[in-house]
Amino acid sequence: MTQSLSYLRETPSQTAGPYVHIGLAPGAAGFQIYDQELGTDIAGPTAKGERIRVTGRVLDGTGTPVRDVLLETWQANADGIYAHPEDPRFDAVEDGFRGWGRIISDFDTGEWAFETIKPGACAGRNGAMQAPHISFWIVARGINLGLTTRMYFSDVDNSKDPVINMVEHDVRRDTLIAKRSIENGTVVYHFDIVLQGENETVFFDI
Amino acid sequence: MAHHKGPLGEFYMRDRQRHPPALAQDYKTSVSRSPRFAALSLDQTVSEITGPTFGHGDIAAIDNDLIKNFAQDGDPIGERIVLHGRVLDENARPVPNTLVEIWQANAGGRYRHKKDMYLAPIDPNFGGCGRTMTDENGYYFFRTIKPGAYPWRNWVNNWRPAHIHMSVFGTSFTQRLITQLYFEGDPLIPKCPIVQSLPDQDAVDQLIAALDLNASLPLDSLAYKFDVVLRGRRSTLFENRLEGN
Ligand SMILES: [Fe+3]
Repeated sequence: MTQSLSYLRETPSQTAGPYVHIGLAPGAAGFQIYDQELGTDIAGPTAKGERIRVTGRVLDGTGTPVRDVLLETWQANADGIYAHPEDPRFDAVEDGFRGWGRIISDFDTGEWAFETIKPGACAGRNGAMQAPHISFWIVARGINLGLTTRMYFSDVDNSKDPVINMVEHDVRRDTLIAKRSIENGTVVYHFDIVLQGENETVFFDI
Repeated sequence: MAHHKGPLGEFYMRDRQRHPPALAQDYKTSVSRSPRFAALSLDQTVSEITGPTFGHGDIAAIDNDLIKNFAQDGDPIGERIVLHGRVLDENARPVPNTLVEIWQANAGGRYRHKKDMYLAPIDPNFGGCGRTMTDENGYYFFRTIKPGAYPWRNWVNNWRPAHIHMSVFGTSFTQRLITQLYFEGDPLIPKCPIVQSLPDQDAVDQLIAALDLNASLPLDSLAYKFDVVLRGRRSTLFENRLEGN
């Protein structure tokens, strides 16, 4: 026998279930209870940078949109700084910028959308710069442990990004890249997330 | 630590054996919603070790009281309970000032949700959601009604054990967790395909809140204790910086 290392073990995950909205977005569940719901304003009113809209769907293994999905997003500001004290440049983040979003799909179509600013590049491991990206966390009925992925931007040079380049199967790298378009004067990025099957999105174990 | 400047160490590798697999055949919805490819292991960067922070300005004091936070003309029906515990990390350190959110069915097993059609009635005085921040010792509490079991379409006659859904943030995107807590002594726990998606009995036991008579309020409420453990992180005994410059 040896001494015990006495680490605790992480609490196991369970699916968020079909009624995740009650807890995290009660307005969508059909009732008003909180003074403010969280995660609805990602960048705040005064954020620097290009205002963008991101839209997409989450598709299951049959290609059917997941209509009860909840997404959370996490991103840096336009200068590539996260609004978190462990970012070395934290003090330079503008007031009102949080960089965190909570987004739900339309119950009928499965489409979701959010507005934010385009993040800047930030340093990764060993100083290698990471291309601008938004981190996603995806939960829903039938998803037993939240799925993590990243969204990159089609109009940026992503060829040196250390995370994209880690994807061994080149053909899968495009699943991480949102396509830019202009719709009625608004910059829109389209990003579908495929849970399973053909064009399955690359998910990360972080 | 919350105001530490600059990068600390990374978070411990997630023990995937502690969690349900993405594909759990007996939980039918997972069959078409589970990735087939392996997740790609990513060394953590500043994008992963940071995450949203919340303050008391984000929530209201009444938000953790599900008996009062949606009451219209009286209290909700059902068994009054206190749900309390601590949020810790794998190093057994408290996680202070972190957001904890819960949601649940009412005493009859009915959710206040557009899509819930179960025949048990909506309780006019019960919303079914609450949120709070842990204190400086990682402690949280809610007051609520013990939820009822409810049927769901999986096999033809599946019933969920009484449970409360819980969402916890921690300090980083890597620690984000949603789970469900069950109640000590519930005979439906071993029958539930969602519970049984867990890898072993030890994992199941970690999701069962214990009856806590010491914390119950005489002539008022029973109490259940539920501690949550988030991923721990490396001490920076040796230089192991996530940024190279
Ligand atoms: Fe439930």
